[in-house]
Amino acid sequence: MDLALMQRVFPFFLEAALVTIQISALALGLGLVVAALAASAKLSRSAPLRMIGTVYVSVWRGTPCLIQLFILYFGGPQIGINLEPFAAGVIGLGMNIGAYMAESIRGAVLAVDRGQAEAARTIGFGRLDTMRRVILPQAARLMIRPLGVNAVALVKGSALVSTISVIEMTYTAQRFIGSTYKPFEIFAVAALLYMIIVYAVARTVDLIDKRYEIV
Amino acid sequence: MQGLDFSVVLPYSGILWMGVWWTVVLTVSSAVVSFIFGIVFAVTLLYAPKIVTYPVRSFIWLFMGTPLLLQLFLIYYGLVQIGIDIPALAAGIIGLGLHFAVYNADILRAGIVAVDPGQAEGARSIGFSRLQTLRYVVVPQAVRNTAPPIGSNMIALLKESSLVSVIGIAELVHAAQLGISETFRPFEFYLTAAALYYILNLVLEAGLRRVERKVEVSR
Repeated sequence: MDLALMQRVFPFFLEAALVTIQISALALGLGLVVAALAASAKLSRSAPLRMIGTVYVSVWRGTPCLIQLFILYFGGPQIGINLEPFAAGVIGLGMNIGAYMAESIRGAVLAVDRGQAEAARTIGFGRLDTMRRVILPQAARLMIRPLGVNAVALVKGSALVSTISVIEMTYTAQRFIGSTYKPFEIFAVAALLYMIIVYAVARTVDLIDKRYEIV
Repeated sequence: MQGLDFSVVLPYSGILWMGVWWTVVLTVSSAVVSFIFGIVFAVTLLYAPKIVTYPVRSFIWLFMGTPLLLQLFLIYYGLVQIGIDIPALAAGIIGLGLHFAVYNADILRAGIVAVDPGQAEGARSIGFSRLQTLRYVVVPQAVRNTAPPIGSNMIALLKESSLVSVIGIAELVHAAQLGISETFRPFEFYLTAAALYYILNLVLEAGLRRVERKVEVSR
């Protein structure tokens, strides 16, 4: 182990870790919005909306995230979409994780006991009120864990944006491995920082889950 | 801005099919590696002495907490550094295989624990050794019960296999990039590759559903 090297590259990795955190956080925000829309579309009464939701989730989950990023970033200019690497990374990752999160949200909504909706409708709640005041508050509790799993996967998946030249941790690792030929040392530094981020996300999810625990 | 013209892809269909073929080879081989190592890790974690479980546990912890792409770089460049010069394809299979072995191990471990203890007791009482009990009685039942989650790991594996294009393995993404380097048409080629992945994905899902049904019937 070349500790001196690890010490020397560490500041570069800290800076890169910030980019990884930023891109993951922004993609998470976008993903949640997209997921809420897609899940509502899939649960909607209108057939065309249901179809749009189903196709989006199926296509985005059925193809590699790497290709989605490449189509957006390298193919985008051909259809008039010119994006900076960072923006393409946020949109690409967000749209991808959104498809997975949509299923987490839908799963939670469907997991709420049917009797709840039936009872609400019986005492005169409209469809929207039933969803908003009866189903969603219960489903929200159920979707914390699955969405947390998605968020952790997103942090690790953010490594993919190194391929469209966003200078985040994996990009930095690749560059330093190339220039120093010390893959183990470089991996150790990057792995340490990734694990700290992943651990922080997992702990946050734990805390949120605890906070809303039904006792 | 230029118009889209998917006919530029046609002359490269041979190369793309080769890419599909290698993606399938890569996925199947890595799936086998991930399955075998998944069982080995799971059994080790449950039954081996502490001194053996400790390194395995740290390995699992390390591979679960870091991105696959980073692990591929480590394996590809790391093995060369310690004097093992293996072809990129082998590095890709090892990398993908170990990455998913870690996730399979987690599932299989839960599956083994969930097998009724009476099964192992019964096997032991009719004279099976500890190893035989595991091999012929406990693990087969665990594998059967965990088929659906392991199946979804295999679907993830198919898609994640695209990552090995960065270490220069000529699979589907790499094949598309070859076409792009000559035609400068990334949109058409990557979209075609995406469509091919989608089809592979549907085929794999259908195959896994059949396997799951079979497993259920024979129970």
